[in-house]
Amino acid sequence: MQGKLIERACALLESGEVARVIGWKSGELGYDTTPAVFETADELRADFVYGDFCGANLSKYLIKNMKNEGKTLVFLKLCDTYSFNQLLTEHRIKREKTYVIAVGCAGMADPERLRGLGVTGITGICTDGDSYKIDTVYGEKTVAKKDALCIKCLSCKGGEPVVYDEIIGGDVTPPEASDRFEQVRALEAMTPDERFDFWRGELSRCIRCNACRNVCPACSCESCVFDNPDSGIAQKAAVTSFEENNFHIIRAFHVAGRCTDCGECSRVCPENIPLHLLNRKFISDIDHFYGEYQAGESEGQRAPLVNYTEDDAEPSAIYDR
Amino acid sequence: MQRIGVFVCHCGTNIAGTVDVVAVADALRLEPGVVVSEEYQYMCSEAGQNKIKDAIKANGLTGIVVCSCSPRMHEATFRKTAAAAGINPYMVEIANIREQVSWIHKDKAEGTEKAIILGRAAIAKVHLNAPLHAGESPVTKRALVIGGGIAGIQTALDIAEAGFPVDIVEKNPTIGGKMTQIDKTFPTLDCAACILTPKMVDCAQNENIRIFAYSEVEAVSGFVGNFTAKIRKKARYVDEVKCTGCGLCTEKCPQKKIPNEFNLGMDNRRAVYIPFAQAVPKIATIDAEHCTMLKTGKCGVCSKVCTAGAIDYKQTDTIIEEQYGAIVVATGYNPINLDKFDEFAYSQSPDVVTSLEFERLTNAAGPTAGTLLRPSDGKHPHTLVFVQCVGSRCDAGAEKGKQYCSKICCMYTAKHAMLVREKYPDTEVYVFYIDVRTPGKNFDEFYRRAVEEYGVHYIKGMVGKVVPEADGTLTVQASDLIANEQLKISADMVVLAAAIEPDKSARPLATMLTASMDTNDFFTEAHPKLRPVESPTAGIFLSGACQGPKDIPETVSQASAAAAKVIGLLAKNSLKGNPCVASSNEAMCNGCSSCERVCPYGAISYEDKEFRMPDRTTQIRRVASVNPAVCQGCGACTVACPSGAMDLRGFTNRQIMAEVDAICR
Repeated sequence: MQGKLIERACALLESGEVARVIGWKSGELGYDTTPAVFETADELRADFVYGDFCGANLSKYLIKNMKNEGKTLVFLKLCDTYSFNQLLTEHRIKREKTYVIAVGCAGMADPERLRGLGVTGITGICTDGDSYKIDTVYGEKTVAKKDALCIKCLSCKGGEPVVYDEIIGGDVTPPEASDRFEQVRALEAMTPDERFDFWRGELSRCIRCNACRNVCPACSCESCVFDNPDSGIAQKAAVTSFEENNFHIIRAFHVAGRCTDCGECSRVCPENIPLHLLNRKFISDIDHFYGEYQAGESEGQRAPLVNYTEDDAEPSAIYDR
Repeated sequence: MQRIGVFVCHCGTNIAGTVDVVAVADALRLEPGVVVSEEYQYMCSEAGQNKIKDAIKANGLTGIVVCSCSPRMHEATFRKTAAAAGINPYMVEIANIREQVSWIHKDKAEGTEKAIILGRAAIAKVHLNAPLHAGESPVTKRALVIGGGIAGIQTALDIAEAGFPVDIVEKNPTIGGKMTQIDKTFPTLDCAACILTPKMVDCAQNENIRIFAYSEVEAVSGFVGNFTAKIRKKARYVDEVKCTGCGLCTEKCPQKKIPNEFNLGMDNRRAVYIPFAQAVPKIATIDAEHCTMLKTGKCGVCSKVCTAGAIDYKQTDTIIEEQYGAIVVATGYNPINLDKFDEFAYSQSPDVVTSLEFERLTNAAGPTAGTLLRPSDGKHPHTLVFVQCVGSRCDAGAEKGKQYCSKICCMYTAKHAMLVREKYPDTEVYVFYIDVRTPGKNFDEFYRRAVEEYGVHYIKGMVGKVVPEADGTLTVQASDLIANEQLKISADMVVLAAAIEPDKSARPLATMLTASMDTNDFFTEAHPKLRPVESPTAGIFLSGACQGPKDIPETVSQASAAAAKVIGLLAKNSLKGNPCVASSNEAMCNGCSSCERVCPYGAISYEDKEFRMPDRTTQIRRVASVNPAVCQGCGACTVACPSGAMDLRGFTNRQIMAEVDAICR
């Protein structure tokens, strides 16, 4: 698969069809695969990787590349294509300046979860049916795949990618999805005090590193409210619990209706805070009040929260519903 | 730092009764920036306003806080006061301590505390106020009247008489509306056509009036003084200029079995038709749904008989775009559908009719040429039962019917009963009622005449069931609440006073005009007592039953009132705009379109703009821009904007946060 991707990207670069490629490259260690921009075939052949640690969603990196000359090739996994559509809808990227190769994905492994299973010192990984075979400096280890998949992969959207110019690896079976609202319902069933304690327990670990905001494809503002001194909520150190709570609540409100549930916020959180649950609560509420809505399903969608239609009920009538 | 004056109003005892106004003035005097804090009995009076003006001059005030009634009541008053004393009118803030405090609290200590808090919030806001200046926009001196019933006709005539051009848009082939179908009018019993048709002709002949019949308003954009309307003129397949209205085609058309809407389906018309003899404009219309020529391309009889050569099977809908300064809604009403009222056997027996159908059965131009005959067998009915409040005054939560009183039924039922007894003294007439409501000039006298002179049996009680019998009679089961007994009447005809409801076209029109409606789809007036013919949306006026059930005299007086308001508007050369509009901070705008999607007025557009970046490069970015003339200042965009780039002048996010902070302090 990796070889095919490199081959195709090199061909597109060399033909002049695209000017650069956004993909993944490996870092210092076997598991820290990171997003990268490649401008030559040599760079691609030397550094490009596509394996079980390519969880990163590359769509947001297109925003910065829009101002450069020529088209940008981007590799998108199934879930990432939703973020891509959402960015198109919000006019943050231009379709004609991108070339999308949708890549088959059977779910990505989460090094944090592997560490939780006691697998450290990872040097390599490969899938073997329902399990991962992992090379570590302490020898080979085998774990069940479902125990090591990224949280987001446990509720894989499945089906076809929603936008692409071509597909490579279309025959790969996506991981089996479980009910993504199960935990939301568990939280809803708690008493307000229990729920507050749960979130205090989670959010009190926040170090305000901003990783969740920086990785989020919906957080694409030219100037973030947390960086704007006039907003009244500009970035401050998390010196009080109020700061910790409100940063995440404000962020969840800002992405409500635009969040595609790509799960990047939770994947990158160094404190393993399940931030995606805040977003899923909003998604579940929107589904409940306005009918099922999946952000990023198609370009130009009108999200129920930010839409005015002639069918909108008068405020006087809405209480009757 | 602003120099702020606080003025606390007693509103007689309206506020002072529940709020310690002296304590409020004393507490607010201690707030930062406040240099003077006073209270007075009626701040809105001349003496009160002078107090404010004097304080502005004596203390060099830059901002004013008035603790009084709702800003909807007197914000404009106090803005004028401030302007007269030389400070910008938008430096005035109102703390509503009447509707939001004294009228809803009983405890004086609690009320006083809340009044102080609201005053503090207004002071916090004034600190961030900036002078705002309203732009001016010209007024298009032409009015649009939507609906050509008696309401629309009267409004149009009055506006035209004042010298302004008016267009009437009517969805039916002729103007005239419901009144054309009515036989006689209460309380004078003069014939409806005799008083209506001259007015219809006046409309056609008035050079200031254009009638777009068989047309519908498709889209409206713009704002007070500057509306643009798209009107769809539906294809009649008849050339309006050539047609002389001779009616030959309507006699020769072979398609004869089409239910005639004008007679409520009680007789038939042809596929090419003129609704009635006095139609305005008197032009034939081909009903495309039933015309054989239009459906199959074979026939063409009307075209052959038309000596004027007016038939045009190739005609298509045309769209007319026109500018208007004011729009009057006169969309009227309809009787409700009685499908859900099975107990009255309306759909089972042709002898159970609605009151409007009864009008046609007694009208000289109706299906029976004015002789009252039973629809089922064409015989004279000898016993008639009228049932009032069918679908009116229903309980809240009832699955059918309306909660409101349809207002006109008591009077027209008395009229029907009286006319039947006068023409056919051998008939017995029963009227079942919940209450008889006849306020109005000469109305109660009219009803009493029906009872006392004409011997109509008025029975307080509701009809429970109407059963069609095999012998063609109708058995009416009812209760007489005064005699406390159950009645069984064998009747020949039953007439149902069906509730009335707004026309179905009203709801989409309200959305198009951004005019608000109540839960029954009646248009809401700007103030139920003091501004009854204006919609809360500037430049939109209400005429007739679209605002609530009304009889003809009331409709006509409201129609003339709406016309007076329109004339007042069109007489102006320009209008001051509202400076409290949205604006986008381009440096922060993402161009994401969220604001555009929530804007109900279409005030937001996007442009690609070049920006100099800090590193001396230029970047082209898509950014939002607001058309201040179209923006109504609703603020929806400021909430939808994810980056906080959109803000509302006079209600900036910072001002609102400052108010919240002041309240939470």
